[in-house]
Amino acid sequence: MNRSPIEKQNESSATDGKIVFKVKGLKKVYGMGEVEVHALRGVDLDLYEGELVVLLGPSGSGKSTLLNILGGLDIATDGQVTYRGRNITKATEKELTEYRRFHIGFVFQFYNLIPSLTTLENVAVVTEISRNPMKPEDALLKVGLGDRLNHFPAQLSGGEQQRVAIARAVSKNPEVLLCDEPTGALDSATGVVVLEVLERINRELGTTTVIITHNADIAEMADRVIYISNGLISKITRNTVKKQPREIHW
Amino acid sequence: MKGQALAIILVIMSGVSTFVMLRSTMSSLKLTQKRFYQDYGFAEVFASLKRAPESIKSRIASIPGVEQVETRIVADVKLNIEGFNEPVTAKLVSVPENEITLLNRIYIKKGRMVDPWKDNEVVVSEAFADAHRFSLGDRFGAVINGKWKMLEIVGTALSPEFILQIRPGGITVDFKRYAILWMGRSVLGTAYDMKGAFNDVVLRLSSDANASDILVQLDNLLNWYGGLGSYSRKDQMSHRFLTEEFKQLETTSKLFPILFMGVAAFLLHVVISRTVSTQRDQIAGLKAFGYSNLDVGIHYVMMVFLIVLVGVAGGVVVGVWFGRGLGRIYMEFYRFPYLMYELKPSIVITAILISIASALVGTLHSVWKAAKLPPAEAMRPEPPAKYRKSIFEHIRLWGMLSQPTRIIIRNIERRPIRSLLTMIGIALSCAGIIAATFFQGAMDFMVNVQFKQSQKEDMTVTFIEPASRKALYELKGLRGVEHVEVFRSVPARLRFQHRSYQTSIRGIEPDNRLHFLLDTHLKPINIPPTGIVLTDYLGNILGVKPGDMLTVEVLEGTKPQRQVPVVGLVKQYIGLMGYMDLYALNRLMREDQTISGAYLTVDSLNQPEIYRTLVEMPRVAGTFVREDEIRNFYETQAEALLFFTFVATLLAATIAFGVVYNSARIALSERSRELASLRVLGYTQTEISFIFLGELVLLTLAAVPLGCLIGQGMSAYLAKAIESDLFRVPVLIDSATYSLAVTVVVVSACLSGLIVRHRLDHLDLVGVLKTKE
Repeated sequence: MNRSPIEKQNESSATDGKIVFKVKGLKKVYGMGEVEVHALRGVDLDLYEGELVVLLGPSGSGKSTLLNILGGLDIATDGQVTYRGRNITKATEKELTEYRRFHIGFVFQFYNLIPSLTTLENVAVVTEISRNPMKPEDALLKVGLGDRLNHFPAQLSGGEQQRVAIARAVSKNPEVLLCDEPTGALDSATGVVVLEVLERINRELGTTTVIITHNADIAEMADRVIYISNGLISKITRNTVKKQPREIHW
Repeated sequence: MKGQALAIILVIMSGVSTFVMLRSTMSSLKLTQKRFYQDYGFAEVFASLKRAPESIKSRIASIPGVEQVETRIVADVKLNIEGFNEPVTAKLVSVPENEITLLNRIYIKKGRMVDPWKDNEVVVSEAFADAHRFSLGDRFGAVINGKWKMLEIVGTALSPEFILQIRPGGITVDFKRYAILWMGRSVLGTAYDMKGAFNDVVLRLSSDANASDILVQLDNLLNWYGGLGSYSRKDQMSHRFLTEEFKQLETTSKLFPILFMGVAAFLLHVVISRTVSTQRDQIAGLKAFGYSNLDVGIHYVMMVFLIVLVGVAGGVVVGVWFGRGLGRIYMEFYRFPYLMYELKPSIVITAILISIASALVGTLHSVWKAAKLPPAEAMRPEPPAKYRKSIFEHIRLWGMLSQPTRIIIRNIERRPIRSLLTMIGIALSCAGIIAATFFQGAMDFMVNVQFKQSQKEDMTVTFIEPASRKALYELKGLRGVEHVEVFRSVPARLRFQHRSYQTSIRGIEPDNRLHFLLDTHLKPINIPPTGIVLTDYLGNILGVKPGDMLTVEVLEGTKPQRQVPVVGLVKQYIGLMGYMDLYALNRLMREDQTISGAYLTVDSLNQPEIYRTLVEMPRVAGTFVREDEIRNFYETQAEALLFFTFVATLLAATIAFGVVYNSARIALSERSRELASLRVLGYTQTEISFIFLGELVLLTLAAVPLGCLIGQGMSAYLAKAIESDLFRVPVLIDSATYSLAVTVVVVSACLSGLIVRHRLDHLDLVGVLKTKE
């Protein structure tokens, strides 16, 4: 069977890696008054275990929509997404909550820490409801914040808050880490620190990591770069040599 | 903000409607009273006596300051109503047949005045006629001066003298068992052997008259004719009750609106603060385009005014509706011929001013902040909320608390003033219900003490004239009468130093089993063999304590004046009087064993027969049946109490609902991002509902005992404000009142919390997470 260039590229560099997400013909249409916005127009994609993938595209390209559907935050209009063989596009609200609770770690652009909880408590708020979490202190050590356990978010810098968010996301030992513009609110120096943490987590824990960004420089640290434009995947490239985050400048 | 504005409008409406209801009812009743008094010549001085010749009238008229004099014949009579087997008494008042009545004229509601040539015609009080469904032409029997007579109703009427018709010794109106009757002067003159004589006089005074001087002179004049002591209008029974009612309305019309307006001010403060906070960038934009600080300030002030004015408008409409309803209830008790309901503009203006003042107090600071906000600063986001460790973290228990619970506690602690005011707002709702409805439980207690603990008789019989103790045997001999104890009752003026009070002294038998005195702890005490025991409130009025010497001026018979030691104070909630040992009172009166009446216990099977016999007994003036008094009390009070309970519950629920709803909406607005984050992280709807509503649940639970405490305080204030010599309300809040208050608050809070919680189901997880806080 002839495969499209995209399909060929839609293979992990480790082709015997297990498929974590299988996306087929994914479509998402939003109604904005009388206008329909086609955020996704039929996306096909496979994501493999342990890889670090960057979803690159300009504003409005549909990358966040794709991430939200993968993360069980949004419902597709058409198409299918399976997670380890489980069809999440047909899941109920309760099932999606459970899916997010036990399988997915989220990192947001604006951190979204709970302001009334300390650093340690912000991580514990997730480990308390997880099946097999790591200790909150250990998660924070991994991101280099072992000495800031009792600080409140208002007492931390942007980079530190984002590292706490990463610690929170990985503390539940998720199989997938979804990061929506994790460096978008940070300066480049701080952003590099955050990327280093994400890279280390991906390497040490083997967590499948998806990073959304519009910053092409960041794509150089990924195993694969998925270019998304106008609701479709335009191309997928593979980095034969991955740059270390400290080598990335913007 | 629609929902929050509506919640605040409802609270303002509650406050304004309470104020308008109470004030408009009070002013309408006062206006009606004034017109009725004016149009029907309500007298200013009253005096009863044994008998005096008509010629004395001119001497009375010549007292300086007396403008008009009217003499009358007044008597207490027993009635026999066919088909009604209970004792009925009436006050019979003469009306001149051929002259126009000058004072205390009657308003003929139906029918006509009595015909001077017919000696069996009577005009009856309208309430009595309605209670027995009498029509014109109906008849009933009456014992007039010992003689049986069939009377025919030719008219029903009302009088300014009997707006409230409570028989002596009664605790509330009893239209079935007490009537006012008007008959021709000459008919009564014949019946009572008073042709050319009178036993009652009423006066009108000139505007500059000195009433106290006139009373003294009148008493001096009537002393020779068995005068029983004159009194001015302010002590006239019906007028007194009305005055006390106005006092009560005035007090409640101040207390409850303050409560509502205080809560409204707090809610406005929270909502406007939050609105200003979320609209910082819009304020910045407007200022960047050239809008001045004043323009911005006026914008928010207009927002506040709009909310207040809608609330006031709605409150006035509802208040008028409630006021008319309350007026109708009052008309059941206070027999005016009409109710001139008016809504004075001053009431509306006052309501508007109070509402605006409360609103400004609550919002001025926030509006000022908005107006003064520099544009550049307004463009920057607000600094993040500062949290600190909870005071509970020093307790070991803190480590066991889940993160959601810690979120709840820290959020409460972050804004301690707001949390406290929210709690107080909810507590005031609870307190409001308690204060408005504790009367029911308190009245139950009063009735229990007055009619069950201290009285064991089935019936009380009073004589027309004091009689020899031998009358006791006449009563004992009646079939079905099980036990009889006698008493003596004399009107008297009691003096101590410069204070005096006119009341009666009751002499009771020392080894009595039926009628007890209760000390201030409600324990029965024996009547001491000498000295006088006073109701505790009377002791306060006179400023006496046990051991003091009281001057007793008896107003009956030979009118002896004696020094009598006060030997105790007793608890009594209704009325007040002095008590003495029966024989000690006889000695004071320098009389043989004389009695004024008796207490009876009877076999219930023979009760109807006993009534009939007592009606026919010439010496008996009237009969009171204890159970009838109690039953009548509850029947007459039921509708009024239901009305007040309904209104209080509705308004207090509005406060609880408004405070919780507002707090929940503000919390949602401030924390939707946090809650959405938790949903994204895998928290279920139920788990975030716990976090969201947990704060309000804790505050509501803490508010309930506080509300009960405040409610006790408010009830004590109300009870103190309305206490008088007519009655004192104990501050006793029964479990039913607490239960109602707590239930209403909890249900209202739950309802409003759940309405807002519903919005959690529609949190836009994606949208919220995309925006910067």
